[in-house]
Amino acid sequence: MQCPKCHAPMHTYNRNGVQIEQCNGCRGIFLDYGELESLTRLEAQWGQQPPPPPAPPAAPQGYPAAQAPAWGAPHGGHGGHGGHYGHKRHKSFGHMLFSS
Amino acid sequence: METDPADLAVRMDVAARMPGVLLAPSAPRAARLHGRLVTFWPHGTPVDRDDPDSAPWEATGALLARLHAAPLPRLLPPMRGPAKAARAVARLRAAGPHPAAPPVLRAWAALPSWARGEAPAPGPRALCHGDLHLGQLVRGPGGRWLLIDVDDLGAGDPAWDLARPAAWFACGLLSPGEWTRFLDAYRGAGGPAVPGNGADPWPALDIPARALTVQTAALAITKAVAADRAPDEVEQALVDACARMSGVEARPPELAPDATK
Repeated sequence: MQCPKCHAPMHTYNRNGVQIEQCNGCRGIFLDYGELESLTRLEAQWGQQPPPPPAPPAAPQGYPAAQAPAWGAPHGGHGGHGGHYGHKRHKSFGHMLFSS
Repeated sequence: METDPADLAVRMDVAARMPGVLLAPSAPRAARLHGRLVTFWPHGTPVDRDDPDSAPWEATGALLARLHAAPLPRLLPPMRGPAKAARAVARLRAAGPHPAAPPVLRAWAALPSWARGEAPAPGPRALCHGDLHLGQLVRGPGGRWLLIDVDDLGAGDPAWDLARPAAWFACGLLSPGEWTRFLDAYRGAGGPAVPGNGADPWPALDIPARALTVQTAALAITKAVAADRAPDEVEQALVDACARMSGVEARPPELAPDATK
């Protein structure tokens, strides 16, 4: 088959069950009757697929992320583990958590 | 703060009447010794300061819930939490200028008058401990955890008793897991200070937690000034939290979900 625009030979591709002819010269694409609708339908189905599940939030010791005030420390509300946090915890426990 | 003998007598009476929650005094009345009021208590085993993993978060939450659910005794004076916060800020002002003081004083100025001890607390009042921290728990004669120190006990906003752990959590000193264990135990025992499971507790906790963060930061800076040293890492975390408060408007207590219960 020849390209109706530039007369170069056309190559047939199969995309999700839809036959597509593309010109090897001008790269123009020709669709047969109904093929555009098929591609549009496939595109819509792709868009409706649920997004991949989000990664579970960091939950040290198996607890869900706790609600926290807006003025809370960045490590206070979400996750809150790691070397920096653990260091401060041990440093604060003996005196800060035992005094008025 | 000079203790009023009549107020102390009411507080001692509460301690004697709440077995399983408060350590009961050995003698029902205070004695006067060399001009000071002296009270007598049985010995209890305190929380191990060197072992954060053994801290009794569940027991603390459950004990507070039972305290808050108790009927308010007649003649009970106001809970002294806000007055203690005000005293800490007064000490910070008296200590003289310090680079870390302005954000703490700004956070204090933004608090409502009741949280600064200048007006009665709005909302329903409950029997409160008034000065909760991990030094206020001991294992009593039967081996169970009990609350001690009735000096600040009184009628007030029960959220104040949750607010020190809340402040530690907000400042990054207490892990989300430990905070959740404490809060879940409080809710599980029917504590009235925060709305039930799943609802955001922070509308109820926000102002008391700010006040206790300010109080703790004020005392920390006062100590640093006295020792002529810079605040350490933990003290700086409290000052940083005070600085962040200025950018976030305090949630008024009338928006707290427990006001609609």
